[in-house]
Amino acid sequence: MATRKRSRFSQILAAILVNSLYEMKNYPIVLINTVLSPLSFLILIVFVSHGSLVGEAVEGGFIMVMFSSGMSLSTDLSHLKNDFKLQDMVVSSPTNWLTYMVGISLSEIVYSIPALVLLTLLANYFLILTIVGILEFIGVLLLMFITSISIGYTLSTFSSDIVQSFAFSRLLSTLFSTIPPVYYPITYIPLPFRYLAYISPTTYAAELAQSIAGYLSLPLGKIVFNWAILITVTIALFVIAKSKARWREV
Amino acid sequence: MITDSQSMVCNGLTKIYSKSQTKALDSISFSVPSRGVFVLIGRNGSGKTTLVRILATELEPTSGTATLDGIDVVKEPDRLREKIAIVPQEARPIPWMTPAQTVQSYLLWRGFGYAEAKQRAHESLERLGFSGNSNTLNRMLSGGMKRKVLVAMILSSEAEIIFLDEPTTGLDPISRKEFWEVLKEIRGDRFVVLTTHYLEEAEQLADKIGILDNGKLIRIGTLDELRQSVKYNYSVKLLSKPAPAFIRLREGEMVTGRDGYLRILTTEEEAFSISRDLSRGGFKFTINPVVLDDIFFYLVNHGGKAGGDTEEE
Repeated sequence: MATRKRSRFSQILAAILVNSLYEMKNYPIVLINTVLSPLSFLILIVFVSHGSLVGEAVEGGFIMVMFSSGMSLSTDLSHLKNDFKLQDMVVSSPTNWLTYMVGISLSEIVYSIPALVLLTLLANYFLILTIVGILEFIGVLLLMFITSISIGYTLSTFSSDIVQSFAFSRLLSTLFSTIPPVYYPITYIPLPFRYLAYISPTTYAAELAQSIAGYLSLPLGKIVFNWAILITVTIALFVIAKSKARWREV
Repeated sequence: MITDSQSMVCNGLTKIYSKSQTKALDSISFSVPSRGVFVLIGRNGSGKTTLVRILATELEPTSGTATLDGIDVVKEPDRLREKIAIVPQEARPIPWMTPAQTVQSYLLWRGFGYAEAKQRAHESLERLGFSGNSNTLNRMLSGGMKRKVLVAMILSSEAEIIFLDEPTTGLDPISRKEFWEVLKEIRGDRFVVLTTHYLEEAEQLADKIGILDNGKLIRIGTLDELRQSVKYNYSVKLLSKPAPAFIRLREGEMVTGRDGYLRILTTEEEAFSISRDLSRGGFKFTINPVVLDDIFFYLVNHGGKAGGDTEEE
């Protein structure tokens, strides 16, 4: 039998269909869940601040969506691998690890589209960004996304069942996107605890986002420092994920 | 003459799991033609799944080599993955998808275009009797139908070598027989490597049978060759426990099957003589020419060392 020409696009599409579109189509209730999850904190912050922090909260919603995508990736990979043996079937097929990883990662973005659309509508009303600002903001979100999927991918290689995977992802989600000042300025956190917030990469991302939108005035050195931290953390976590992840088991 | 490019060859294949230090495969060496159905049988933990996972490029061996149609399993996995497909043990279709979506997405994973994948999925499901419920959610299907979805996936593909790891476990007898019919259909143009607990399944389907025990390949051959490796051609299975004390075998051996019943493997003449004694004593029993079940327990009890020639290379 002659070797077939394989379409990488088809393989990525398979990941997106399996891990998001079919679920959204067959169980529409998940659409509500994907929208509500990032919005719940946003609404709370807007109410508590009497609307004064709506811009920061919308930016925080975007960061939360991006970070949650990676955490969902961790549980989804674990679920598909351990409960359905999908990864085993894909390993023994012409799909390579990179295509699988890109496909599943993109599927998480697709899953978040309802929330992203809603946040974009809110951003259109409450955020004033220049073209450069929009690009910078997208850059921050992209780095957050790569950071979180790297964490998710690494986590999935260590978890042997869905319960363990859920526990890890919820813990990290809380540590990285709920406790840090993602939805509000860091100045709202009392000083001794403020330093703790800097352990999380989401804090640097939120500071940059707030600075881009003009909610926070950061000196140039601090802006450069935050970008450097985000890029370094992203690269480091990606390298760890690549080295720890195993396509063929040993 | 069978060449390397038409065979599955394992040479000293060994797998030791690093965490548990368990030796799952112990220097397995054999060669079988890569056509028809090759069935691996063995008890739980005998190494069937480990062997299949190595051959399907999912797991690295600790040492040894394996080639499929001349392609090295360890050194050329990407080349081999163009030709293979697997239904792993405990695999199940994703519940929030339909059979049509499951099969189509599998073909997309294999790099088919969207339209071709859809068409092939439709044809494969029709062939397996899914015409009415190919758009029902997988979670609504019976156990047998769920298994069929997985089989439809790989049948719809172009894979020349198919690994099925205990595909009929848990299926009712009718579903199992339907599954056998499908396998009989495809055996002509593909090579199927199947693991099973059901020895009847191996008898029905196998062109070659490999018997694994404690990580070792204790015998390999056709059913007739395996029969010849047992010195006796008749089996008397006692359905009463405990076994009557009056049985004195002039020729033959007693083995205990996995069902716990005693089997007497012996010559035809001796088997009928024992049967007469058992009938007189009012004991329940069956008498048959030896089947794979008898051969399996005979060989396992002897660690594979029995009369007859071995096919193992």
